[in-house]
Amino acid sequence: MDATMINPFITATKNVLETMAFISCKPGKPFVKKEDIARGDVTGVIGITGAANGTIAITFEEACILQIVSNMFGEKMTKIDHEVADAVGELTNMISGQARKELEALGKLFDAAIPSVVSGKGHTITHYTDGPKIAIPFKTEDGGFLIEVCLEKTVD
Amino acid sequence: MDTSIKVLVVDDFATMRRILKNILKQLGFTNITEADDGTSAFEELKKNNFDLIISDWNMPKMTGLELLKRVRSDDALKEIPFLMVTAEAQKQNVIEAVQAGVSNYVVKPFTAEAISEKLQKILG
Ligand SMILES: [Mg+2]
Repeated sequence: MDATMINPFITATKNVLETMAFISCKPGKPFVKKEDIARGDVTGVIGITGAANGTIAITFEEACILQIVSNMFGEKMTKIDHEVADAVGELTNMISGQARKELEALGKLFDAAIPSVVSGKGHTITHYTDGPKIAIPFKTEDGGFLIEVCLEKTVD
Repeated sequence: MDTSIKVLVVDDFATMRRILKNILKQLGFTNITEADDGTSAFEELKKNNFDLIISDWNMPKMTGLELLKRVRSDDALKEIPFLMVTAEAQKQNVIEAVQAGVSNYVVKPFTAEAISEKLQKILG
């Protein structure tokens, strides 16, 4: 998967977190992730279909997501409960929407399903296809998160 | 802008309903009802008189676009202003919503100012 497929996810993520949570994040170097174990404590997963089929997962460290959701609600969140999990789902939805908008500008059309959320230390992330998992790590002042993009084939 | 009007906020995620309600309250709206998909929203609309619908697009059971079409083809509801607030930002989405009679369109993520501006345009 080339950078033109990855960059829309980086831009989308920065845009969503800055606009909805007033949080800036720094992307690190993308890598191929081999294992299914999540690096974070709560993960949003969304299926996409179209130019290629696959899944996008966004997994957050606890401190990071608590700060993000606290900012979104204007209220201090102290643990990963159903409200925080719900917010992870909606963040996943927004990031997928923004990324798909940018991919459209490159002539690649995608539709997305409704996101689901998994949480707990060391949970696994199930991608719907067995293509390579391209992971993009991000850092914020309050910890990190990771985006995984897994598509069944190269998009042409 | 008359903030005493009755508003229906429709989204399948409680997070988004909460954010929209926070913004509406800041703007002075107090009469806000929530629904979590198009089907329950339509039931609400049949029970009570609403003056504004703010709806998501991508929801289970009935999508926001289907809700919009139902509202616009219902004699009792068709005049209600309908603001779509959605992560669906591709050109085709906007065209479909406009063709279905949407009053205005906000793409997620959004600022409170963006919502306020669109409401000013719709409600005057
Ligand atoms: Mg939705």
